[in-house]
Amino acid sequence: MATLPTIPQILGYIFVMALVTYLIRMLPLVIFRQKIENRFIRSFLFYVPFAVLGAMTFPAIFTSTACFLSALAGTAVAILLALREKGLLTVALAACLAVYVAEYLLKIWQ
Amino acid sequence: MNQTKPFLNYTQGFKDGIPIGLGYLSVSFAFGMMAVNMGLPVWTAVLISMTNLTSAGQFAGIGLITAGAPYIEMALTQLIINLRYALMSLSLSQKADQTFNLLHRLLLSFGVTDEVFAVASGKPGEINKRYMYGLITAPYFGWALGTFIGAAASTFLPPAIRSALNIALYGMFIAIIIPPAKHNLAVLKVLLLSVAVSFLLTYAPLFNQISGGFGIILCTIIAAAVGAAFFPIEEVEKR
Repeated sequence: MATLPTIPQILGYIFVMALVTYLIRMLPLVIFRQKIENRFIRSFLFYVPFAVLGAMTFPAIFTSTACFLSALAGTAVAILLALREKGLLTVALAACLAVYVAEYLLKIWQ
Repeated sequence: MNQTKPFLNYTQGFKDGIPIGLGYLSVSFAFGMMAVNMGLPVWTAVLISMTNLTSAGQFAGIGLITAGAPYIEMALTQLIINLRYALMSLSLSQKADQTFNLLHRLLLSFGVTDEVFAVASGKPGEINKRYMYGLITAPYFGWALGTFIGAAASTFLPPAIRSALNIALYGMFIAIIIPPAKHNLAVLKVLLLSVAVSFLLTYAPLFNQISGGFGIILCTIIAAAVGAAFFPIEEVEKR
């Protein structure tokens, strides 16, 4: 274990982290103030949310809980409820509940 | 849909942000706990959350801080992990109405997270600044509060509850992407392509060296570009 940086050094790190992250978010929103007319770019940006969220969710969701089987249970419940077009909070909490129940059952079984 | 969009005010934004804020509580709880376990003071963990508002970026960040990495490494790591926000901000720049003047763009861009972006882009038509401020409120304070609680009381929740809460944000993502994919075949194809590339980048040898944040950018660019090339959208979105 390396010795921990001093408080001023930690504040320096936090400043660098915050600045880089802010610039990444701020510049595109400030630079592109007009509607983009190009059809390809408009289509590209239309698909971005689905592509981003799909890539962030899979396969990461399968390793998000204590074990694969409980994650699978949570994923299945979330997909089923989403197909029935339930709200965000309903789907999220039902997935949590499914994970909890699955891990409880697995524990009893073993 | 209706043309007057009476629901896009601060209150509606705040309501839409509540599930995000709740989801953030558990993730930032884990972050606060980890930061303190690595030796950082509680207040620095909270300061990181209040100035950064990222998940993967912050987790990587505290690793670099405690390892005493050079500042340039910190800057590059944050750039790669968080570059996806540039795509999201670019996408939102096309959805923002005329109430987003320069000042509001400077302020609101701070709150563009994966989940805020997901909910905002799920709204049909344009969005205004009031809705956006409302949407950001609960996630921002949820993120800071969760960090504080996690940092202050490291062993507060039993592991079974923590494990269950970890899936909350992914569950929300699924609730956002599945319904449009059900109604629009092109969206479904783009989604499946992105997920397939994501699996490839995670598990295929060689590709799995690519960092998580950069991998998401690759998936997004490939899938959205294929979508734009093969299924260009019609100009049906309301102005």
